[in-house]
Amino acid sequence: MNDMNNVPNLNEIANPGDTHNFGEIPMAAQNAEPSLQIDKHARAPLAVTSELEAKVTVRNLNFYYGDLLALKNINVPIYTNKVTALIGPSGCGKSTLLRVLNRMYDLYPKQRAEGEVLLDGANILRRDQDLNLLRARVGMVFQKPTPFPMSIHDNIAFGIKLYEKLSKSELGDRVEAALTRAALWSEVKDKLHASGLSLSGGQQQRLCIARTVALQPEVILLDEPCSALDPISTAKIEETIDELKEKYTIAIVTHNMQQAARVSDFTAFMYLGELIEFGPTSQIFTAPENLQTQNYITGRFG
Amino acid sequence: MAIYDTRRRRSRFFLSLCYVCVFAGLGWLVIILGTLLFEGLRNMPLSVFIQMTPPPGSEGGLLNAIIGSVIMTALAMAIGTPLGILAATYMAEYGRHSRLTIIVRFINDILLSAPSIVIGLFIYEVMVVKMGHFSALAGAAALAVIVVPVVVRTTEDMLLLVPDTLREAARALGLPCSVVIRKVAYRAARAGLITGVLLAVARISGETAPLLFTALNNQFYSTDLNAPMSSLPAVIFQFALSPYKEWQQLAWTGALIITLAVLGLSIAARVLHSRRPAE
Repeated sequence: MNDMNNVPNLNEIANPGDTHNFGEIPMAAQNAEPSLQIDKHARAPLAVTSELEAKVTVRNLNFYYGDLLALKNINVPIYTNKVTALIGPSGCGKSTLLRVLNRMYDLYPKQRAEGEVLLDGANILRRDQDLNLLRARVGMVFQKPTPFPMSIHDNIAFGIKLYEKLSKSELGDRVEAALTRAALWSEVKDKLHASGLSLSGGQQQRLCIARTVALQPEVILLDEPCSALDPISTAKIEETIDELKEKYTIAIVTHNMQQAARVSDFTAFMYLGELIEFGPTSQIFTAPENLQTQNYITGRFG
Repeated sequence: MAIYDTRRRRSRFFLSLCYVCVFAGLGWLVIILGTLLFEGLRNMPLSVFIQMTPPPGSEGGLLNAIIGSVIMTALAMAIGTPLGILAATYMAEYGRHSRLTIIVRFINDILLSAPSIVIGLFIYEVMVVKMGHFSALAGAAALAVIVVPVVVRTTEDMLLLVPDTLREAARALGLPCSVVIRKVAYRAARAGLITGVLLAVARISGETAPLLFTALNNQFYSTDLNAPMSSLPAVIFQFALSPYKEWQQLAWTGALIITLAVLGLSIAARVLHSRRPAE
């Protein structure tokens, strides 16, 4: 095993005995030299990665549901203004990992995380971390659309009003900006005072994205945002994600491999609570280095 | 085919059994309502809503009893509703996994089915005896003790029906727990919460036993909370047992008024409940 301060070899954890050396993730990606050494043997040159900066760095993360170890020593960076997809079969821990990043698990007793999750270099797993401020910085959109039982306008204004004192017109501008960014404005601009529940499923989900964006977070976590939607709504959400990454850092959990390939810049493949492989999406999908990854993306299991 | 025929015959037999039971159950309700309507409306004096309860042998109305019932019910709701809603909010939102909640829920269920006469006796002991006289205040307190478990139960049930995904979504925006409860959970469960309150009103507006020990009765018009107060159930109890024709007639009319009021509340509760938006 490597020294803890050194680059851990994930592959050793995932596949002890495998002689190949790959899937390495720099522990210090957020530090002075943001360099990514995905593959020492550089089968695919990764020119782009040299300028990458990690917004979030997960270090030696273990997660427990009661006594059950659900995440095993996860190390993964989430790069600024990039889309990182978390893929893997059901129960592999990808949603769990996402819920650590905004400490959603804290709502439930008996769930706990060990290790470090650095957001801009500061560990958010610290006990004195203010969870409401953290969640305002790290927004989340869930699998099922969850509009609040209030008007479309209020669904978005509600969160803003808690953090900022704005005049009515400023608030209106913010609501419009958020809806525009979520590609929903043109569809709802004439019925802002209709109930959020009156929208279609896809519109509701974009309303939830708008609601999250309205708080101007730095990171947006998407937990299977399209799994309850039809293909047309899915396409719209994917377009939205594409536009959002100009401004935000995004992590998305998805069961849909094509979706991961379409929207993400980086992909992490997880299996049974372990991170098996992490790398640029193009590489994971065309030339995965791990046999399990290859089997999964080619549909041979999972 | 023989097996199929047997099965069909058995099915028909049990189905008809079910129908018989339904009609037997509904039949009583129809008979009760019918008798009430007939007896209550027959010879119903027009003075019911404008005159006080009369002395034996003369005409009168039920105004003091109606007003007494309204005052004590309103007071009991004013005491019991906030207590019940806050307790249920703790149970459903903050202490969902705590031991205290399990214990409180258990005790609440016992209280829910406690005979109301026991509650009347309890208030008699702690209030009427200490104060030295019967009072509307004691009556309202006894009714409030009945209100609390009803409101706790329905409020907790309704809050637990609010999907957790909604709470998570609100918390994920960085909203503190208190705001999530007030602006999201209460709002999503609003129709259910109102239903619970209406059901509690319906429950206490017909209670007689706890009032006999606490507010007693009052032949005259009184709004003094520190004095005995008249109420419809108590008047019905007294007048129905009396040998006087006019009193008996007023008892029927009073019973009809209470029944229609409770029926109205129940229907309002149902209508509100069915209008609850899905999720």
